Amino acid sequence: MAATDRTEVPARDYRVVTPYLFIAPAVLVMFAGLAFPVLQSLYLSFYDWKIGTPLKSAEYVGLDNYIRLISDPDVRESLWVTIRFGLWTISIEMFLGIALALLLEKPIRGASVFRTIFILPLMVSPVVVGLIWRYLFDARVGWVNYYLGTWFGIEPQVWLGDAELAFFAIVLTDIWQWTPFIFIIVIAGLQALPSEVLEASHVDGANWWQQIFLVKLPMISSILVIALLMRLIDVFRALEVMYIMTGGGPGRATELMSLHIYNRAFDAQLLGYASAIAVLLIAIVFVISISILLIGNPMKDKSDV
Amino acid sequence: MPGVELIDVAKSFGSTEVIPKLNLSIDEGEFAVIVGPSGCGKSTTLRMICGLEPVTSGSIFIKDRNVTKAAPKARDIAMVFQSYALYPHMDVAGNMSFALRLAGRPKEEIKRRVDHAAQLLELTDYLHRKPRDLSGGQRQRVAMGRSIVRDAYCFLFDEPLSNLDAKLRSSMRTELALLHKQLERTMVYVTHDQIEAMTMADRIVIMDQGEIQQVGTPREVYTSPRNRFVAGFIGSPSMNFLDAQLQDERGELVVRGDGFRLPIPDRLQQQVQNTTVTECTVGLRPEHFFARNDGSGNLAALKLNVDVAEYIGSSQFLAAHLGEQAVTATVDVGPDAEPMQSGEYYFDTNRLYLFDRRTGMAL
Repeated sequence: MAATDRTEVPARDYRVVTPYLFIAPAVLVMFAGLAFPVLQSLYLSFYDWKIGTPLKSAEYVGLDNYIRLISDPDVRESLWVTIRFGLWTISIEMFLGIALALLLEKPIRGASVFRTIFILPLMVSPVVVGLIWRYLFDARVGWVNYYLGTWFGIEPQVWLGDAELAFFAIVLTDIWQWTPFIFIIVIAGLQALPSEVLEASHVDGANWWQQIFLVKLPMISSILVIALLMRLIDVFRALEVMYIMTGGGPGRATELMSLHIYNRAFDAQLLGYASAIAVLLIAIVFVISISILLIGNPMKDKSDV
Repeated sequence: MPGVELIDVAKSFGSTEVIPKLNLSIDEGEFAVIVGPSGCGKSTTLRMICGLEPVTSGSIFIKDRNVTKAAPKARDIAMVFQSYALYPHMDVAGNMSFALRLAGRPKEEIKRRVDHAAQLLELTDYLHRKPRDLSGGQRQRVAMGRSIVRDAYCFLFDEPLSNLDAKLRSSMRTELALLHKQLERTMVYVTHDQIEAMTMADRIVIMDQGEIQQVGTPREVYTSPRNRFVAGFIGSPSMNFLDAQLQDERGELVVRGDGFRLPIPDRLQQQVQNTTVTECTVGLRPEHFFARNDGSGNLAALKLNVDVAEYIGSSQFLAAHLGEQAVTATVDVGPDAEPMQSGEYYFDTNRLYLFDRRTGMAL
């Protein structure tokens, strides 16, 4: 029996570990860059530590920071400000971004010029955005007051000194900067739609509105979910613009979560407590992300159809 | 009565003219296949009938209505696309009922028509699956089902089988022909595959470079091609074309070329006598070569230098030379024959075609 004399090639060998070796460097970098700070802040949240003192001498306080957190009205307020800010900005940004993308999707004359102009705000650093809008909203020399006065005869307002107006100002600034982000993602999605499917809907008798709501938007729903998710996470990270425009004030009217954490950590020198709030923030973002992914799984509609 | 009629239809993209004036009339209930090489304007023609592509000039009639400027949905047509163009976010039932739902038809009617179409296409078990969970052939059937539920006057097909594998394609061909019989609707089908055209069409429209070369039944375009393009395009393997001269040898009309001399068949006597053309092209279909002279027909001997003989079962495919010119031949020698050698072969001269070498038109 010649066949049995032949040596058998082993089905598997040590090479099964090879792929893991290949991804190991990336995993290490990811861990150092992402997981380590998270774990570090989790660790820190169990201590009472002040900047300038050695970390070793920080006092272990157990769950004290978390217990304090639950009943802290300031934390609750900044969470509420963040949620309110998120609801306003994201809903308006999604609406404007999608609407603009649908209008500028066709290759009409000048569309590419408009597209370029629309995405300019995205390229400006948040710090610069904060500075620009702080001057625009300035009570005495700001353009906003100037044009409201000359065009509509509206009295000058102290935009960044009034709780309601300051909140409106940061919402407007955020919309200005981040609508292009939605726009650019949606327009990329729309342009990737197979033209034959759109033609089929045309033959099936769909009018312009029906084509948008029954075919185009459902087909890019996964992209919309991802855009929504990224904006949501951004809202919980937003810091620079408010820091420069209002510093969180007046009162806590514009103090979003990240800014609140920053103020607690570096103004109030409560690093342990700030870490505990940061852990809460991570938990909130995590829960929101997972639930959005579960509701509108962006991967489930992926196929070669 | 014409079901679909194109009158002087022309199409240009910018300054590029893709279809100069085109006239075509497709009868009601007819299965018409537009066939041609890629870039010949067949898809553009279909898209103009559909209304997805505006005409530059001319007019289009469907069921005696001038629809030249009408939107696709006002034309009473349904279209099956090459990529199937299914809505990925809707299940099979949703895909098939989309047009009816847009038209605001009653629920019971929609259900009845979707069920009927699903039954016809054996999709009943898949009504609640999404397109991504279906195989290529099933997606293809959903695309057809979407057209069937519309109960449109005219069905348009844009290379609907080209994404399927060979085996599935031939079975879908049969299904489509059957469907045409059951529905008795006007169908216009575009393909680059002459086998699809030959097997399914009531009438074939052969296009090249934006112009219709010939319209006829499969038998007509095979047996009497109007020009060299049609002769070469229809039939597989393709017809051989050999340069030759027409000569009158003491009262006998012959066509003479490098390594061959063939008598003019009775069928072409009249034309050859009346023509002034002497420089011509002879068309010989590979399947009209024979290995033996069994005395039937008007067989003429030809000396072939066989380069390669390919065994394909009951016949052999020969790549050979006749004089200096390459020819292919399919000879029916049975499955047990040895590979064929160079030597005398026979051609049925009744099946010979002559073309004016300058214009390419058949004599």
